[in-house]
Amino acid sequence: MTEIVLLGLNHKTAPVALREQLAFSGEEVHLALDILREIETLKETILISTCNRMEILFTTEEPDNCVSSVLSTISDFKSISLEQFEKSIYVYQGDEAVSHIFKVAASLDSMVLGEPQILGQVKDAYRVATEKKISGVILNRLLHRTFNVAKRIRSETGIGDSAVSISYAAVELARKIFGNLDEKKVLLVGAGEMAELAVEHLIRNKVEKIFVANRTFERAVSLSKRFHGEALKFEEIIPSLEHVDIIVSSTGAPGFIIKKEDVKKILKSRRSRSLFFIDIAVPRDIDPDINKLSNAYVYDIDDLKNVIDENLEERQKEALKAERIVDEAVIRFREWIDSLHVVPTIIALKNRLNDLAEGEFGKTLQHLKHLSEEDANAIHKMTDALINKILHDPIQLLKNSGDHRNVSMYLDFTRTLFRLDE
Amino acid sequence: MTLIAVLILYFLSTLCYVLYFAIQKEHFQKTGFILILIGFVIHGGQTLMAFVQTGEMPAQNLHQTLSIAALSLSGVFLILRSRLNLKILGTFAAPLVTIIMIAAVKFPDVAVASGNIFKSIWLTGHIITIFIGEAAFSLAFGAGVLYLIQEHAIKTKKHGYFFKRLPSLELIDQTGYLCIIVGFTAITIGLATGMVYAKMIWGRFWSWDPKEVWSGISWLLYAVLLHERLTVGWRGRRSAIMAIIGFIVLLFTFFGVNMLLEGHHGKFTTW
Repeated sequence: MTEIVLLGLNHKTAPVALREQLAFSGEEVHLALDILREIETLKETILISTCNRMEILFTTEEPDNCVSSVLSTISDFKSISLEQFEKSIYVYQGDEAVSHIFKVAASLDSMVLGEPQILGQVKDAYRVATEKKISGVILNRLLHRTFNVAKRIRSETGIGDSAVSISYAAVELARKIFGNLDEKKVLLVGAGEMAELAVEHLIRNKVEKIFVANRTFERAVSLSKRFHGEALKFEEIIPSLEHVDIIVSSTGAPGFIIKKEDVKKILKSRRSRSLFFIDIAVPRDIDPDINKLSNAYVYDIDDLKNVIDENLEERQKEALKAERIVDEAVIRFREWIDSLHVVPTIIALKNRLNDLAEGEFGKTLQHLKHLSEEDANAIHKMTDALINKILHDPIQLLKNSGDHRNVSMYLDFTRTLFRLDE
Repeated sequence: MTLIAVLILYFLSTLCYVLYFAIQKEHFQKTGFILILIGFVIHGGQTLMAFVQTGEMPAQNLHQTLSIAALSLSGVFLILRSRLNLKILGTFAAPLVTIIMIAAVKFPDVAVASGNIFKSIWLTGHIITIFIGEAAFSLAFGAGVLYLIQEHAIKTKKHGYFFKRLPSLELIDQTGYLCIIVGFTAITIGLATGMVYAKMIWGRFWSWDPKEVWSGISWLLYAVLLHERLTVGWRGRRSAIMAIIGFIVLLFTFFGVNMLLEGHHGKFTTW
C-alpha cells in the first residue's frame, strides 16, 4: 500500500550550522531530485529547502526501506556522514506527514509564526517537482490541498494579521492614525537599516513624498535618490515639520534633535493635523514628551518592540484555531487516500453503472406497459450482463495494473471519469 | 404591531453589528445594514401614513416623539454610512436606535388634543429638520467617543481589544466632522422654521422660553466648534470632546428642559 512519508529537519531540531550544510540551492534541488528518482522504492517526491528547514516529501510502498535510501542519498549528495545529522531528522508517515506539510505551508511551524514567505517557497518547490515530472497523483493532490489549507488559515484566522517586525509595526500604527497614507509625506532623519526598511514599507503603502535629512548633506542626497525623494539640510528639519506627517528618525545624535517646544509651535501652524514620530535611534532623537501634545504621537524602539510582543501573543492564540483547520483537512485527505484503494473503487464503479441502468430500465418500462413480467425480467438480465461485460476489462486492469507506479493514477482516473466522488 | 416589527428588525440589526464588532466578519456588517434599512423603510412608511391621515407630524406625545427620533437616527445613519466607509458606526447607531425604539414602544400613544395650529408647513419643517439635526449630533457624539477610545490606545501604547477593531483616527475624526456639519445645518434650519412658526402663532420670533434658551445654547456650542475647526484647526481630541459636551447639552434641551423646566414644548413629551 502506498504511504506518504515526510523526512526533514528545521530550526527546532537542527542548529543553523547544520541547516546551512544541508540546504539545497535551486540548482542542487534539480540535481537531488534526479538522484532521488533513481531510488527503486520511491515513487513521487518533492524537496523543500529554505534557510530554516529542509523537507523531503515522498510516497513509497516500503517506508522503512525508502527512508534509509533517502537518508544515505542526502549523506552522499552533501558529503556529510549520517551520524552528523541523523539526530536532527524527523520522519512522519501517513496522517502525520500530511499534517506536517499543512502546518509548514500555513506557517504554523515557522520561526516567526505566521510569516507569509514559506507558502511561496513550498509552491516553488512543488513547481520544480512538477516540471521534473517527479510528483504524481498523490502528491499533486496533497499539495493542492496544502495550498488550500494555507489559504483558508490565512483568511479565517488572524495568524498573519498583526505586524511582527519593527518596520511593519510602524506602518501599521501610521495607518491607525492616518488611515490612508497616500497623501502623507515622510521625513527620514539619519540612516540605518531599520529606519530605511520602515521608509520602504511606507513607500509600498503609497505615501506621497519622501524627504531625507542627514548631518552630511551628501549622504542625504544619495539616500533621497534611492527613495526618489528630496534631500534636506539638517537645519531644515524643524521647519519641514510644517508639511510632513510621518517622521522616521535614526541618528547617532547624543541628545534630542526634535524638542517639545518646536513641535508645539509647529502644530499650531499645521492647524493641528496629526504628526507621527517613529524614533528608532538609541539614544533617542525625539523628545518623548511630544507624545503628550494633542495630535502628536511618538513611538520609540521599545514601544514598537512591545507592540510586536503583543502581536506575537495574538498570533499564538490564532494558531490554535489554525490547528483545528489542519486536523479537519487531514481527515478529509485521509478519506481521499482511502478511496484510492482498488476494492472500494471497483464497488463504486459497479454501483454507478447499476444505478444508471436501473434508471434507464425504469424509464423504458414505463413506455412498454404491454410487456409481461417475464419479458421485463429478460431485459433486466440483459442490462446486468451488459454492465458486467463492459466492466470486465477495466476491472481486470485495476486489479492487475502491473506497474505499481500507476495504480493510484488509474484509480484516480477511473474515479474522475465516472464521477465516483460526487 | 408595525412598530414591534420595526423594533425587532432594529434589534436584529444591533445583534449583527455587535457580532461584527466582536468577530470582525464582514457578512454580519452587511446583514446588519440591510436589516436596519428594511426597518427604516417600514418605520418611515408607517410614520408617513400617520402624517397623511392626520395632516400633522406624529410628534405629539413622548411615544411619537421617540419613534420619530429613532426613525431620524436610522435614516441619518443610513445616509452617512452609504457615503463613508466607517462600518463601525453601525455598532454605535443600531443599538441607540433600538434603545430609543424600545422606549417609544414602552410609552403609551396617549391621545393629544389636536388643532389647526399643528397643521402648518413651518411646523412640519421644524420637526423634521430638528430631528435630523439631533440624529446627526448623536452620531457625532458616537464618533467622538470612538475617537477618544482609539486615541487613548495609541497614546498610552496599550493596544487592547479596541485598537484592532476601531478604524483610523483620521477617518473617525472626519466622520464626526461631517456629522456636525449635517447636524448644524439641519438644526439651523430647524430653529429658523421654528421661529417663523412662533411668529405666526404667538406673534414673536423669540420669547425667552427655557426650550428656546437651551436650544440657543446648544446651537452656539456647535457654532463655536465649527468655527474653531475652520479657523484654528480644532480637530481630533478637542473636537471629539466638544461633540460629546454638545450632545449632552442637546439631550438636556430635548428631555431635561421638558421634564425639569416648564416650556412651550412640554406636551410633546407627555406620557
